[in-house]
This record gives sequence, C-alpha cells and structure tokens, in this order.
Amino acid sequence: MQKNIADTLPEDRRQMLPKSPTGIGGFDDVTLGGLPEGRPSLLCGAAGCGKTIFAMTYLVNGALNYGEHGVFIAFEERASDLAANVGSLGYQLTELVAQKKLAIDHVHIERAEIEESGEYDLEGLFVRIGHAIDSVGARRVVIDTIEALFAGLSDTALLRSELRRLFAWLKDRGVTAIITAERGAGELTRYGIEEYVSDCVILLDNRVVEQVTTRLLRVVKYRGSAHGTNEYPFLIDAEGISVLPITSATLAHRISTETVPTGVEGLDEMLGAKGYYRGSSVLISGLAGTGKSTFGAAFVDAACRRGERALFFAFEESPDQIVRNMRSVGIDLKPHVESGLLCFEAARPSLYGFEMHLARMNRDIERHAPDVVVVDPISAFRGLAFEIHATLLRLVDICKSKGVTTVFTSLSNSGEGMSENERSVSSLMDTWISLGDVEANGERNRVLYLLKSRGMGHSKQLREYLLSSTGIHLVDVYIGPSGVLTGTARLVQEARELDATLTRRQAAERRSRELARKRTLAERQIAEMRGELDAQEEELRKVIEQEEERENMMGKERAELATIRSART
Amino acid sequence: MTNADPHDHDDSLQAIDEAAVEESYNLRLYVAGQTPKSLAAIANLKSMCEEHLAGRYRIEVVDLLVTPQLAAGDQIVALPTLVRRLPPPLKRVIGDLSNTERVLVGLDIVPRAAVPE
Repeated sequence: MQKNIADTLPEDRRQMLPKSPTGIGGFDDVTLGGLPEGRPSLLCGAAGCGKTIFAMTYLVNGALNYGEHGVFIAFEERASDLAANVGSLGYQLTELVAQKKLAIDHVHIERAEIEESGEYDLEGLFVRIGHAIDSVGARRVVIDTIEALFAGLSDTALLRSELRRLFAWLKDRGVTAIITAERGAGELTRYGIEEYVSDCVILLDNRVVEQVTTRLLRVVKYRGSAHGTNEYPFLIDAEGISVLPITSATLAHRISTETVPTGVEGLDEMLGAKGYYRGSSVLISGLAGTGKSTFGAAFVDAACRRGERALFFAFEESPDQIVRNMRSVGIDLKPHVESGLLCFEAARPSLYGFEMHLARMNRDIERHAPDVVVVDPISAFRGLAFEIHATLLRLVDICKSKGVTTVFTSLSNSGEGMSENERSVSSLMDTWISLGDVEANGERNRVLYLLKSRGMGHSKQLREYLLSSTGIHLVDVYIGPSGVLTGTARLVQEARELDATLTRRQAAERRSRELARKRTLAERQIAEMRGELDAQEEELRKVIEQEEERENMMGKERAELATIRSART
Repeated sequence: MTNADPHDHDDSLQAIDEAAVEESYNLRLYVAGQTPKSLAAIANLKSMCEEHLAGRYRIEVVDLLVTPQLAAGDQIVALPTLVRRLPPPLKRVIGDLSNTERVLVGLDIVPRAAVPE
C-alpha cells in the first residue's frame, strides 16, 4: 500500500526529517512516519470533523506507546468534558493526568467578561503552556482550537503577531505541536492561521453525499517530507481513528501460484489450476436465489477446515442468519465462528459511505489477518458506478497486497446483458463465475459457468449444480440439439438415452444370439459332412483291405497250386 | 484597605460581612516579569485606585514568571490582566490599564453608560 511510496524513496531521504509517530493506523504510512518532530502542525477542518479526537489520539498514543508525555490546551472544552468525550474511545484521561503523563488546561476566554485597556500581549498563555509542558515533561502539545482567541480578544493584529510568536516559541521549546483550527470559507482556516503554521498542514473533511457521511483526511502540505497527496478516508469508532491509505501506486502485488480450493466439489476441476490462485480476486455473480452466498460460505467453510482464517463481510444478512441458512445446505459455520477462525462483520451498506466501509474493512482485515475474505454482496452498494469501482479497486488492492484470496458476490440484473456495475468491476476480478437460471418446461434450474479465470485454463462448459442438504453438487448438463437441458428435461433426456441404449443393447444381443445359432447350425453341418466323409473313408479303407486280402489269398492259392503242380510232376 | 485576607480562598466569601464585600475591592494584577507594560500597569492601577477607591482596595501583584501555576486558576491568557476578585462577580481587565475609563467600567466602579465609547 502506501509503504510502496516509502519504498521508492532512497533510504537517506526517508529519514531526513525526524518524525513523531501518531500511532494512528494509516496516517503514519501516509506521512511516512508521522508529524514533523519538534514543529507545529496545523490540523484544520469544519466542526465535527474529528480534529479534537485526532489530536487527543496523538497525545494518548504518545503517552502510552511512545513514552512521550503530552499537554492538551483546550479552548473549547473543559477537561472533564474532554475526558468524558474521548472516554468512549477507551482513553482514560483522568488516569493519564494522575500519572503525570498528560496535562490538560482549559483556557476559557469570554469577550463579555474582559475589558481591554491599553496594550497587552499573550504572555499569560505562554506561561500556562510552558507551565503545563514543564509539569509533565511534555514532548507533545495540542492547542485546540486556538482561534477561540479571535472571538475572545478584539485586537486581531496583535493576536496575529502573538500567534506567530507562539508558534516560534513552541518550535524553540522543541515540542511537536498540533494546532487545530476551524475551516474557513475559501481558506483553510477561518483566520488564516495556515500563514503561521506552515510546516505541516492536515485537512480533515466531512463530506455528505446522498445522506451518507464520509470522513476524509488530506495532507495539504508537509514541508521537507514526501507524503501521500490523496484524500484518504478515515474512520472514528470505538477503536479510535484509522486512516485508510488508498490505492497503491504500483501493481506490484506478491503473487502466488499456490491454489486455494473453492470448497465446491467439481468446481475445482473446472478450474485449470484446481482452485483459485491464492491472493486472487473472485467474482461470483448471479441472479437472486442462485446460491451466491452459499458459494461464498462453502469457500469459507473449506478454508476454516484447513485451519485458515476467514473474514466474512455481510451486507445483507446478519451473521446468525447466515449461519442458520448455510446449515440448511450442509455447511456448518458455527464451529468455525466458535474457534475464532471465522469472523463475521455485518453492516448495512447504507450505514456508512463507501470510504467508511472501506476504512472499516481495511481495519478488520488488519486486525483479523484472514487468509480468505468473502464480501457478500458488493451489489448492495448503491451509488455512482465510478465510486463503487474505486472502492472495490482499493479493497481488491488491499487484499492482494496481503495475499488474501477474496470472493465477492454480486447480484446481477435479470436481463441478459451485464450491468454497468458488473462491467466496471470485471476488470478487477481474476476469476469470474457466473451463476444463472435456466427456465424451461415450467421450472427453473441453476447452471454455472466460468466467464474467465486469469492465468489458468478452465472449463468452458455450462454446468448444472444442485443445492442440497449436503452442499453444492455439480452435475453434467445435457446439451442437445435444442439447447441446454437441465432439471427434469435433463432427467427425461437421460431416461430417453437410457432407453435407446437398452434397445440398442437388446438388438445387439439378439443378433449375437442369432449368429450363435447360425454358428451352431453350420458347425453341426460341418460335423455331419465330416462324419459322412469319415464313413466313406472307412468304407474305402475296408474295400482296399478286402482287395488286399483277396490278392493275398490269390497269391497263396497260386503258390499252393504251384506246389501242388510241382508235386505232381 | 479591607480586612479580607488576600490568601483567602473564595469559599470563605460567605463569611465576610456583606456590606464590607460591596464596599471593598480585592484586585489582583497578573504580570510576567518587569516589562515596560507590567510597570505601566502597576503604576496606572495604583493611581487609579488612589483616585477612585481610596481606602477600600487591596492590590496583589502576581508575577507569573515566579508562580506560573497561578495562571490557570484565574484563566489568564493576556498579560497584564487585572482581576477583580472581590466583590463578586469576577471581572477582568487586560492591558497596561492606560485607559482609566475602561478600567473603571471593567471593574464596575462606574456604569458603562457613563463612559463614551
């Protein structure tokens, strides 16, 4: 994120100006370390922008985390009110004051109570600030809001010269100071204080767009230091302030060739890499009731089963409702919630502006450190397409920079074409799974297909899937001459095919039986003929034998005759 | 001079006789060091008191360079500051007190309407 800017600077330049860390998440990144140490910084903004809280956070963090004590000079609130106001953030001011880590001085100035007679200066204020600094050994000073002086005293020219002297004096004391000031019309501050405090100027803004407020912070000026120049959304809630550094300047995310199973049997096989790439962004878009959340939940469930950490941002349903509903499709998320692996963050989209949502999500991601994130659904955000796009872009960047695999769900329009929102976010997504309905034969059936999946071959097939009590199951879709068949049409077609197969098989069997019979017949004929031949051969042999016998006999007889004849002679 | 003790805390005000409170002025002048403005303020205050409050005032000069911790208590911002601690209510006049009319108005010694602006 913002650290990338820091990384592009040479080492010596980064450390040129000593910085005083604020401990405010994100702000120190934007300013590459914090406020300029030993110098006054101007914090301006309209009423209710969080100036006081920002300044107080700086002091409290200094006292608690950086061993730097602080002084709070309050022109607007009493110490007790101040303590009560920031108590909601968990800051124990009374305790810090008792420990001599913090000094609070309420400067009350009321024009009606003061008569001016002759020349004066603000030395009294100097004495008070000096005394407060000395009493706690402060390194940090906040003056909130010094412009109250202009309301209390009439000699503006004198005030200006005294303020100039005050800021120079603070610099001489070597304390890091935050001077807060009200935003003026057309100017940074109502009384032009930025003229005197010019080392670092931070502007806080509270912008209301379509009834939704977004807090924004901008470093207007930071003498002697590089800084992020954008407007950064920031968040004030029970956990204090966190500033969200916006887009990273580069697309230099660490990438991984490792894959994460989708949690849906069959879907992994459709993706060439057998899952989503780790750290990639996945969009699951579909019509109402196509099971987008279920795909998200299946993904989370699979991750938690592997022992990975998961974060589920729910914008439409409460966590309990999700847990209950997912149980009906055989996905039990409760054990994961109980083991702490799965964390739900639920909020209505209209609760904050995009920036605030983003800041909140960023903080949750920082805190929970998940391996996988599900955002369900992004279509719940209503607003200008480019704003949604910018918000998602940054969210995707945040997740990618942390190597978090993120699944976004999005409700598509019922029309055929892509909605404006979908078109705008599609370029951010590495994998896009489209869930759809096929309506035919008086029923609706669910089909999914992969619109894209960067960096891997993937199935181009349309697949039907079933949401059953045992989860999501992918089934083959019958693609016939008249189109895709799903549901009962598919079943009918399957039965028809089965029938045809059976008929074919029976025909084949019949023919083979016939053949066998023919073969038997032929073999029998052959045997008969062979028997006939054998008989003839036998007959022939007998004839030959008889013939030989006769010849023998005739020979013998002839010899006997000869003998007889010779005996006679 | 009054019988009010300059170090008395405000809580003891109730104990003081009401007539005496109305009559007496307990004034505290805050300065920081011996600057020309400080010295002028002290001189201006003294002459004014002698003229308008003779015998019923008490002046206490606080040098905040010596006792800075006192500045917060009386909400001192500008210097010099003259604070009318008694009689109540608390009144403040800032500056070197060179404009006597304004000081008198500020301390409620003469009504505001009597002084041309």
